[in-house]
Amino acid sequence: MSARRDWRGVLFVAPYLTVFVVMLVVPLAMGMWLSTTKSDLFGTERWVGLANFVRLFGDAIFLQTVGNTFTFVLLTGPFLTLAGLGLALVLNRPERWAAVLRTIFFASTVLSVTVVTLVWRLVFLPDGGLLGVTAEALGGTPIAFLNNEKLAMPAIAVTTIWWCIGLPMVLFLAALQQVPRDLYEAAALDNASRWTTLTRITLPAIRRTFFLVIIIEVILQFQLFGQAQLMTLGGPNNATRPIVLFIYEAGWRQWELGYAAAAAQVLFAMILVAAMLQYRLSSRRAA
Amino acid sequence: MTRSRLAVALVVLAAVLMLVPLLWVLALSLKANGELMVDTASVFNGRFTLENYRNLFGNGAVFRWIGNSLIVSLGMTVGVLILASLAGYGFARLEFRGRDALFVIVLLGLAVPEQAVIIARHQMFSWLGMHNTYQALILPGLSAPFGVFLMTQYFRAIPKDIDEAALLDGASRFTIFWKLLLPLTIPAQATLGIFTFLSAWNDYWWPLISATNKDMFTLTVGIASTQMNFAQTEGLGFLMAQAVFAGAPMLIVYLFFQKYIVQAVAGAAGR
Repeated sequence: MSARRDWRGVLFVAPYLTVFVVMLVVPLAMGMWLSTTKSDLFGTERWVGLANFVRLFGDAIFLQTVGNTFTFVLLTGPFLTLAGLGLALVLNRPERWAAVLRTIFFASTVLSVTVVTLVWRLVFLPDGGLLGVTAEALGGTPIAFLNNEKLAMPAIAVTTIWWCIGLPMVLFLAALQQVPRDLYEAAALDNASRWTTLTRITLPAIRRTFFLVIIIEVILQFQLFGQAQLMTLGGPNNATRPIVLFIYEAGWRQWELGYAAAAAQVLFAMILVAAMLQYRLSSRRAA
Repeated sequence: MTRSRLAVALVVLAAVLMLVPLLWVLALSLKANGELMVDTASVFNGRFTLENYRNLFGNGAVFRWIGNSLIVSLGMTVGVLILASLAGYGFARLEFRGRDALFVIVLLGLAVPEQAVIIARHQMFSWLGMHNTYQALILPGLSAPFGVFLMTQYFRAIPKDIDEAALLDGASRFTIFWKLLLPLTIPAQATLGIFTFLSAWNDYWWPLISATNKDMFTLTVGIASTQMNFAQTEGLGFLMAQAVFAGAPMLIVYLFFQKYIVQAVAGAAGR
């Protein structure tokens, strides 16, 4: 029965496949082709082969945006993973106060990037922002975090951590729920200390989730855009300009669509490597 | 024992730090603009007013943006649920030539980030003259493969006996899908629906470049446009009232449907 060929199956998948091809496959192929052309708002001027890529790797600003993006990923990814794990370990208990705290830590995740940046600009604003007011009350001088080449990226990282901490926490909480109870019972019988239980049982049991969270965060934070665009416009002196903002400005400020598409392919390649790692990990977990 | 108490104390402190920025913005939104102009520390003097919210309600733009966001997010959610359910059933239950290869191709789509397609998408909609329309804001989101992946998994997990008994009774494929199986997938529909709505509501880049006309702004883009000219806004208090007004509905919905929202977001990330 189930081996029967049924052409009606095509009718069920055709609507989605149409959208998939028109909205994803075609733009993907077009983007790859665009990256090998000199194109602007009015269309494609000519085919230039790999010239856009050669230009990218000689473009000091692009290279700086790659560096900035890696810096940002390093500032946020490991912290989000470890803090998420820490929160999950402390809050994985049935009491009501733990539930309230879990609610608080995940709440900012549902806000949009524009609300988040508005909130945090009013924290970092030197003249009347929360940190400025606090500094003055304590007798210090306010610091213009977002106008400081050294502090602007860490400020964006803090904003991002505040926004994104909920996801790693809930992923770890879900993993902790999966650890077999009898392992803990056995440990209790052996009079194992809390520390031994944590390092010998809990952490090994959630190892896969740990790597999964790292990769998810790396992929997510590679795509930094809104925070930088809204809080610093990539400044001061390009110190906070990430790759995606570079793509956006090359495409929609300078209208160099071919060049922007080439930068997008570079980012795509980097994300693909991370995604492949994630796929290998998650399929091993399923096995 | 003391070490675990220290950990709890640290977490409580962190939770307070999570809340402080929100409370700060809420307090600023309740202050007169003139007073904030002189000194924002005046929030601690206890004189609060609803003036900013009154001005906000007198200013139609925010409501227009919320309306747009609702239309786009609901449109995308309904569209994704319909397309993903149909395709999920097709991939899970019906045998047709090339089915498995097609499914693998769709799954590969999961690895494609928005950046790799957004430039060409923008050009396509430009050629069609479709920017600044609801269709332009909704259509790209319908291509996300996550929904098809989720629904296919879900349909596969439903025992096949149900279909086969109904087939013997002479029910059509569509009747089986619509009357028998679809009601069983409601938990997955809820997960997918919430996740799609949330991502559509909070989407920023695509509406930023597609909806350039102020009347077609979604809420995220509208809020971005008011904070761009930060210095010459109608006043800090007004800006903060806008932030509260944009953020509060999501937070309230979150408080009511927390379990489902957390499940949806974690489920989507864990794919």
